[in-house]
Amino acid sequence: MRALAEMLSAGDVTSVELVQHYLDQIQSTDQDIKAFLHVDREGALQAAQAADERRKAGTPLSPWDGIPIAVKDNICTVGMPTTCASRMLKDYYSPFDAEVVTRIKGAGLPILGKTNLDEFAMGSSTEYSAYQITHNPHDLTRVPGGSSGGSAAAVAAGLCPWGLGTDTGGSIRQPAAFCGVVGLKPTFGRVSRWGLVALASSMDQIGPMGRTVEDVEILFSLIAGYDQRDSTSCPDSGYEFGNESLGTLAGIRLGIPEEFFGEGLSPEVAARVREAVRRMEDLGAEVRPISLPHSAYSIDTYLTLVTAEASSNLARYDGVRYGLRVEADDAVSMFKQTRTKGFGPEVKRRIMLGTYVLTASHHAAYYEQARRVRTLITQDVESAFEEVDVVVTPTTPSTAFRIGEKQDPLQMYLSDSYTAIANLAGIPALTLPCGKDKLGLPIGIQLMADHFREDVLFWVGRMLERSLKEADSSGRI
Amino acid sequence: MGEYKIRIGLEIHVELATKTKIFCGCAAAFGAPPNSLCCPTCLGLPGSLPVLNRAAVEFGVRAALALNCTVNLYSEFARKNYFYPDLPKAFQITQHDKPLAVNGKVQYYLEDQPVETVITRLHLEEEAGKSIHSGDSIVGSEYTSVDYNRAGIPLIEIVTAPDITSPAQAKAFLEQLRLILQYAQVSDCKMENGSLRCDANISLHGESGQNGEKVEIKNLNSFRALERALAYEAKRQAKILEQGGVILPETRTWDERAQKTVRMRLKAGAPDYRYFPEPDLPPLELDEAWVEEIRAALPELPLAREERYRSALGLTAYDAGVLVRAPHLAQVFEETVALGHEPQLVANWVTGEYARFARQGSTVSGKVLGELLELIAEGAISASQGKTVLEEMFTNGVSPREFVAAKGLTVIADREVLQSMVEEVLQNHQELVKRYLEGEERLLGFFVGQVMQATKGQAEPRLVNKLLVKALTEGRNWQPREE
Repeated sequence: MRALAEMLSAGDVTSVELVQHYLDQIQSTDQDIKAFLHVDREGALQAAQAADERRKAGTPLSPWDGIPIAVKDNICTVGMPTTCASRMLKDYYSPFDAEVVTRIKGAGLPILGKTNLDEFAMGSSTEYSAYQITHNPHDLTRVPGGSSGGSAAAVAAGLCPWGLGTDTGGSIRQPAAFCGVVGLKPTFGRVSRWGLVALASSMDQIGPMGRTVEDVEILFSLIAGYDQRDSTSCPDSGYEFGNESLGTLAGIRLGIPEEFFGEGLSPEVAARVREAVRRMEDLGAEVRPISLPHSAYSIDTYLTLVTAEASSNLARYDGVRYGLRVEADDAVSMFKQTRTKGFGPEVKRRIMLGTYVLTASHHAAYYEQARRVRTLITQDVESAFEEVDVVVTPTTPSTAFRIGEKQDPLQMYLSDSYTAIANLAGIPALTLPCGKDKLGLPIGIQLMADHFREDVLFWVGRMLERSLKEADSSGRI
Repeated sequence: MGEYKIRIGLEIHVELATKTKIFCGCAAAFGAPPNSLCCPTCLGLPGSLPVLNRAAVEFGVRAALALNCTVNLYSEFARKNYFYPDLPKAFQITQHDKPLAVNGKVQYYLEDQPVETVITRLHLEEEAGKSIHSGDSIVGSEYTSVDYNRAGIPLIEIVTAPDITSPAQAKAFLEQLRLILQYAQVSDCKMENGSLRCDANISLHGESGQNGEKVEIKNLNSFRALERALAYEAKRQAKILEQGGVILPETRTWDERAQKTVRMRLKAGAPDYRYFPEPDLPPLELDEAWVEEIRAALPELPLAREERYRSALGLTAYDAGVLVRAPHLAQVFEETVALGHEPQLVANWVTGEYARFARQGSTVSGKVLGELLELIAEGAISASQGKTVLEEMFTNGVSPREFVAAKGLTVIADREVLQSMVEEVLQNHQELVKRYLEGEERLLGFFVGQVMQATKGQAEPRLVNKLLVKALTEGRNWQPREE
């Protein structure tokens, strides 16, 4: 991205040309990928023209002024639909921009369009979109992961230089891993949730997705920061881009939780991740085995809490004020029929599960219990970070699976096995590619750090990325 | 029927008089055009988030302290989930397990006896919008219109212990509660506008153990409705118990037209609200020093004021009560007394003539009322002239001193002028004079009145009195002049 910024700055390329290039790519390729739900040709070109004029006048909004971006369709944008890939919000136009959208517009980034997702971000394959299934650019018969599958596939296919995703249990990291791109789930409270259509408010975070760690770091620096409209936003959340790599990982302590390398993990994924760990060791990092004893419960805990919160967050889609309304004889029938028609099966499943775990007679056994386990998991993570700087795990148990392969929802939920812990504990987690399996499908490695230590993730991530690239070009992989 | 003990507990909702709503910056106002005071947050649009209004917390804390509650420095917001068209998010942000305040009490008088009611808890929450059904209720209405202006106005919910023992006490309690909250300036507490609302729980307990279940009554839109509905319900339940029947736990509604309670739903079918902590709002943690600041700034509350009026200012219990229950009168009373006027005299004026004129809607400040009392004390005008001047003050906003000067109002204190009037009055009422002289001394008042009337109230009453007594006694042998 720095190269692009320099070209724009030098006048070697204009923003209009850049946007046109990506629009052409979308035009020619997206019929196969199906990453975009909405492409805003005119809006993007207009914004690009404005960026070019600012460049000419010597008043760019940021070094990245004029570099376009794609936005996941559960993030509110004025002038474009925000559908959450649900029939419920077909043709819904938000009257306000999400805070992150205000920020990227403020930095001069033209928005190419809105990317596909599992309906209301519930899913791990983008197959649960009410509109289209997104295909993995590395193998069109496979899923791109989810729920931010649209943004991940768009970045991987070169339909946009970078994109915004959202991550409640792994929805940025798992598709990034499947598509071979970099993605960050920021510290909870570091990126404003104003304008993010809520799935589980206590875990949702918007995050950057891109082709390199540096790109993700740059985009993170644009969207991070305190926002008074989000009560869970932390003061002093801003992030300055511009740290130079130190050339070594000396002094970095890596923790390897053995719980994440056990049953259910593909041997190929395990091998690549362990190899990456050795590389980091070679760069000077100290590697320590650690234990996160309650991590085995993270998926159950996560599912209990996410469904509980989702059942409440999605209750507002009742046909009264906006979105789909199925007319009926009385208000209660209208609620029922609207919700029956408007939501897909996975959304209904989660609403019912969430309703169940919150019901007075089950509240203590499920919801309360999950809250207690969440506290234990958070304590595990906190004590781990007393010993190490970065916890290293695979991002996903396997590489991208085939479209239609996972029919059992429980199998689908296991896709988040390694990622949900960061959402439960509120810590930042970065995924980057660390090789491919024998089918040529990308494998991701996950780095997790303590609250507000995205800087450590970017440092370690950049070093590992460089080392992998060098090895790749010398043909050692 | 007398053998049943009545237990009543009340649940009161009060709209806080903050300028803006509890979770967004929209104006919290009554009577604006429908849906003109709304934004993404109070409409619950996708992607919107709540931000707690500090003023709402301050008002809540002030109310809690005024009701002698313990304020919890740590409290939490929770979601109460249910579907209804006027509830934009299909959940209400309220407080559940960890309310803002607990363990308060309200002391008040019931038939001049001091009584006390325990406040179990007080918590903050948001208002829903207002549904206007084309029919009687949402079921069977052709359509329902919803006004979201009210959605998000801050509310406090106050729950009492079930220690109220009669419908009259429930009414007395609610009146005192309203007064306290008005004094604490947290709400205008207008039942007619819905800024004060009350639901009641009532159960009957027999000495021989035939205990009734708790029945909730809703739609109590006035103090009278509260008392009548409870009285009706107590009778209804007693009758059932006497006949060996069973009271079912249920929710009933007060039908104002029919003057009776009607079943809404049985508690067994009550909705499960699936409460859980509101993830969009961090726990509410209060600074103890801030709470103490609010406590220190609390104005004098009704009970303390009533005690002060009675003991320190020596007012009659009646006048003290009238003034305390009418804060606008109490304010004028205070202002006037502060100028150095005698409290009981001021109270007489304020609760009498002043209150009568003030009922028309206009008002006169304590300073101006003080000026009037000064004129009377100086003897420049009589008390009865004072009433006329006061009326002018209310209707035309005149300054008493200027008005008296301009109208040339004065007291006739000229002995000779009055003497002749006295004589004329006595002459015209010879029969009565005779009766007076025979011992019917209360007739003196009548003669005074006649003289006052003859002078259009301008006579100095004490002098008239003196002259009359003198004329009557000196003239024990007084005889009408012969022509």
